[in-house]
Amino acid sequence: MSVSTPVLDAVRARIRQIESGDRAVRGALPFGVSAVDRRLPANGLALGALHEVAGGGNGAVHGAAAALFAAGVMARLEGPVLWCLTRRDLFAPALAQAGLHPDRVIYAEVGDEKTVLACFEEALRHGGLAGVVGEVATLSMTASRRLQLAAEGSGALAIAIRRWRRPTEAADFGQPTASMTRWRVSALPSSPLPVPGVGRARWLVELIRARAGDCADFELEACDEAGRLALPAELADRSASPGVARRRAAG
Amino acid sequence: MVTAANAGALALGLRAGMAATQAQALVAGLVARDAEPAADAAALDQLALWALRRYAPVVAVDQPNGLMIDVTGAAHLRGGEAALLAELVARLAEAGVEARAAVAPTYGAAHALARLCASPTLVAADPLAAMLTPLPVAALRLDADTTDGLRRLGFETIGELAAAPRGGLALRFGADPGRRLDQMFGRAEEPFEPVTAPELIAVERRFAEPIGAPETLARYTGKLVTELCEALEARSLGARRLDLLFHRVDNRIEAIRAGTAKPVRDARRLTRLLCDRLETVAPGFGIERMRLAAPIAEPLDYRPAPSGLGDAPIADISELIDTLANRVGDRGLYRLAPVSSAVPERGVRKVAPLAPPTGTSWPPDWPRPSRLCEPPEPVEAIALLPDRPPVAFTWRGQRRRVKRADGPERIFGEWWKREAELAAVRDYFLVEDEAGERFWLFRAGDGEDPATGGHGWFLHGIFA
Repeated sequence: MSVSTPVLDAVRARIRQIESGDRAVRGALPFGVSAVDRRLPANGLALGALHEVAGGGNGAVHGAAAALFAAGVMARLEGPVLWCLTRRDLFAPALAQAGLHPDRVIYAEVGDEKTVLACFEEALRHGGLAGVVGEVATLSMTASRRLQLAAEGSGALAIAIRRWRRPTEAADFGQPTASMTRWRVSALPSSPLPVPGVGRARWLVELIRARAGDCADFELEACDEAGRLALPAELADRSASPGVARRRAAG
Repeated sequence: MVTAANAGALALGLRAGMAATQAQALVAGLVARDAEPAADAAALDQLALWALRRYAPVVAVDQPNGLMIDVTGAAHLRGGEAALLAELVARLAEAGVEARAAVAPTYGAAHALARLCASPTLVAADPLAAMLTPLPVAALRLDADTTDGLRRLGFETIGELAAAPRGGLALRFGADPGRRLDQMFGRAEEPFEPVTAPELIAVERRFAEPIGAPETLARYTGKLVTELCEALEARSLGARRLDLLFHRVDNRIEAIRAGTAKPVRDARRLTRLLCDRLETVAPGFGIERMRLAAPIAEPLDYRPAPSGLGDAPIADISELIDTLANRVGDRGLYRLAPVSSAVPERGVRKVAPLAPPTGTSWPPDWPRPSRLCEPPEPVEAIALLPDRPPVAFTWRGQRRRVKRADGPERIFGEWWKREAELAAVRDYFLVEDEAGERFWLFRAGDGEDPATGGHGWFLHGIFA
C-alpha cells in the first residue's frame, strides 16, 4: 500500500466495512518488524482470520520452517493453542524454543485430512483458544471458506500449514482459497558469524497473497526464544530502497 | 468331574470333562474341591459390569465362561479393535484372569474364534467364511448330544455341515444346527440380554410406535439427557461417560458411547456430544426403546467463578476437548511434556489435554529441529574422524555439501534402561548446506572406539 491519501483511505475503510458485514473487527497481531507490518492491510496478521503457510523447495514436503513460523506467531498470542496434524514428526522442544510453551499446546493427532479440517473448524468455532494450527495438503475453496467464517466468528487466529507428500504437488499452492494471507517460508543461509559455526537461521518470507494488500518478500531472521522475527542487521541499517519488493501476480 | 482346565492343568494331562478319579490317578496329591457354579456366575457378572464401565455400552454374559461385548461405536475410543482387544486381555492378565478374545461381525463367529483360534487375540479378517469353515462343529454352541450325533454322522467341520441339505438335519436334530449356522454367518439375528446393574444411573423411554427419523432421535436424546441430568443432580454427580442404547424392533441394539474429561451435568453439552454421533446409528425398521445410562459418574468439581479482581478469566476448553476426543479418540488428543532424558526422542511424553500445567519446558541451550525423523534415516557422509562435522552427505539420493556446521553435541545412551546402551554414544552436528537448509545429523559412536557405535551417519531432524 504505497499510495495513501485521505480519499483512498476512506474508500478502503468503507470497503472493509461492507466486506466484514456486521462482524466485529478483531484487530491484528503485529510481527514487530515494521518492514513486514507496513505491507499488511491491518498492520499485522489479522486475528479472527485464516492464514496459510507453506515451505519453499524441500520445505513443501517437510514444512519445518512453516511449522516454526506458525509456532512463532502462536507464541506471541496468549492462551491455549490446538495443533491438528496427521503425521507425528513435529518435535515439541523446537516449538518451545520458539517461545510456545508446551503447556499451551494441545495436539490432535488424527488419521486423515478430512478429520483435520473437521477438528480445525470445530476448534475455531469454540472460541476459547487463542489460535489453531492445522497441517493439511489440500485445502479447497469450500473448506477454507468454512475455516475463515469460523475464525471470524470466534476471533481465533487460524494458520493452515500446507504440506504435501511430494514436491511436485506443491503447485496446488496456486489454487485460490478464502484465506486472508498466504505465506511461503524457505530457509536461507544463516547469519554469518566471525567464527566457524551456524548463526541465527534466516528465512526468505514471501507474502504471496494478501487480501486487500500487495505481495512482498522479506529476508528475515528466524524466530527467537519469544517467537519474534527480526530484520538482519546489515539490511536494517542500509538505506531504504523502494523497489525491494517485486510485484507478483496475486494468488 | 473336572469342570475346567487351565494351561498348567493341560500340561499335566488333565482335560475338562474328565472323571475326578481319573484326574487323581494322573496327578498324585491332586486336591479336589466342589465346583461353585453360582459363585462363578456372580464373578462373571462382576466382570461384565467392569467391561461395561470400561469398554463398550453393550455387554452380555455368555454362560458359563465368556463375555459378549458389542464394540460397535466404542472401539474408536480405544484406538481401534485390535488395540482394544490387546488392552482387554492385558488388563485381565494383570488381574490373574487368562483370557482369549476375538472380534468378528457376529456373536457366533466371535464366540467360536475366541475359543478356538485366538492366541490370545484375533480380529476376524475378510472373508469371514474362510476362517469359519475349517472349525469343528463343536464351535457351534450346540448341546453335547447334538454335537455328538453330528460327529457320528461324519460331520467334522462347520464347512461340511453348512454344505449339507438342511431338511434332513432339521428332522433329526431339530432347528438348532441350522439356526446356529445362520447366526454365525450373520443370516439370522441373535437377541441377548445386556447386563445392567441397579446402581447405574439410567433413564429409559419406550415408544408406542417405533421411531426412526434422525430429528426424532435427536429430540428424544435431548429429553433423555434432561431426565438423566435431573437424576444426576439428585445424587449431586456429573457424568464422565454416557451410553445411549437404541433397542430396535428387530431385537438388535445400537449404541453410542461418549466420554467427558471432567464430570459434566450440562444437558445442552451432553446432548451435543451424543447427537454428534447419532449418524452412526442405523434405526432399521424403527426403535422402540431408548435407554441412556451414565456408567461412570463422579462428583462435580466446582470452582469459584472469576471475580474480575485481577485474576484473568481462564477460558474453559473442556467442552471442545470432549467433542474432539469423542471424534478422534482419547489417544489422538494430548499435550506434550518434557521428560529429562539424554536421548532426544525420549524427551517427550504425552499427558492428558486437561492435565494441570507442568510448568516445565525443555532446556533451551541446544537447538532442536522442528521436524524429527523417527527412526533416524541413514545417510552417506564424508567426515574426518574423530570429531569433525561431515564435509558432504547424501540424503534421499541428493548430495549436499556442508557449508557450515556446529557440533559435536555428545549424547550417551541410557544404560539404566537397556543393556545395549551401556557404551552407546551419538555425536550430533547441526549442519547447513549451500542452499541454507539446516539438518540435524548424528554419528553413532564417538569416532574412536568401535564399541560405542558403528560410525554410521544418520539424519535425525530438519531445522527451520
